[in-house]
Amino acid sequence: MLEADNLECVRGERRLFAGLNFKLEAGELLYLQGRNGAGKTSLLRMLIGLLPPEAGEIRWKGQPIKSDDFRADLCYLGHLNAIKEELTPLENLLASACLADEELSEDDALDALEQVGLAGREDLACKYLSQGQKRRVALARLVKEKRPLWILDEPFVALDVAAVDWLAGIISGHLQRGGLAVMTTHQLVNIPAGTVRELRLG
Amino acid sequence: MLKIITSVIGRDLKLAMRRQADIVSAVFFFVIVVSLFPLGIGPEPDLLRKLAPGVLWVAALLATMLSLPRLFADDHRDGTLEQLALAPHPLGLVVTGKVIAHWLVSGLPLALIAPVLGIQFDLSTDALIVLTGAILLGTPALSGIGAIGAALTLGLRGGGVLLSLLVLPLYIPVLIFGAGAVDATVSGLGGEGHLSLLAAITFASLGFAPWASAAALKIALE
Repeated sequence: MLEADNLECVRGERRLFAGLNFKLEAGELLYLQGRNGAGKTSLLRMLIGLLPPEAGEIRWKGQPIKSDDFRADLCYLGHLNAIKEELTPLENLLASACLADEELSEDDALDALEQVGLAGREDLACKYLSQGQKRRVALARLVKEKRPLWILDEPFVALDVAAVDWLAGIISGHLQRGGLAVMTTHQLVNIPAGTVRELRLG
Repeated sequence: MLKIITSVIGRDLKLAMRRQADIVSAVFFFVIVVSLFPLGIGPEPDLLRKLAPGVLWVAALLATMLSLPRLFADDHRDGTLEQLALAPHPLGLVVTGKVIAHWLVSGLPLALIAPVLGIQFDLSTDALIVLTGAILLGTPALSGIGAIGAALTLGLRGGGVLLSLLVLPLYIPVLIFGAGAVDATVSGLGGEGHLSLLAAITFASLGFAPWASAAALKIALE
């Protein structure tokens, strides 16, 4: 489904990687590993189409990724939380679903917030939340997420042990439903379902 | 297509309402700059009437500039801009929504308060009506053109000054026709011609600016 063909990444004067190939099918998870500066985030930004590769091509369902159709299948979670400090967690979830053209009812959003452990804080502006809680607001998007391709940049950062297990469960549920996921992480978390593949950069 | 524009407008208005200080300070800036002129020049109605259109318009340009650097910067800093760029519709539509929201919180209040300020300059009722109309028609172009500058300077250090240098020269046609409309009314020639040209500039810039800004934003996101 997701294919990378002979990718090359140059940042500034440095070539981070070249001749990178991989193929990911439904139900598979790709772990990107590598030291700091190896180009993990750059590769993720290539996969979502924000950074054009120096050479090579990325295809989704056989088509180059430069289309609205690809973005309709894509869910990206960067290391920035993409939540608005002035809005409440509930408003943030509803707004991001609305802007991504997804259906999300208020009940579903409340349910998602409850699952990430933010019950009772739905109506508190996000600027009053801790770093980990803000991360949970961002991750709550994944609970009801039905788009098949998830690209996650360091999803486990700032989470406590229980939340890491919960997120691993959410990701394996996604893989079981036939979804794909690509993620970078420094802590190897055991994902119980799906085929896990690893790619080491640098 | 309309849905995405309205949801961006709704979100930005909600954010603006939670941060009212931004709106209020731009409006106060406008009020104070305009009010300084009659105080500095003194009670000479003829001179004031002559100066009024230019002073009001220059103050409106500067007040609009105040909020421009934050048009995309906040979304860029917290990662929302990435998500907007990855949404399954053209980024130009998202920017259109942001430009309209920017006008609603920066241009529209100026147009509403301008007639009150015009009284300080002894403008006639006709001139006040044309002034309000001209600011209503011209400020959307200011938001649109400003969005291009804001997108081009996104993430640059000292972007605010660079933004003024980029955008203010592009505001000159709006200034000329906006102030010209009021001038022509004051001197009895009728401002319709100027207003039509102002409307033309606004429509052209609202059609073009969001797409140019979207292209600049994509470069900033790389």
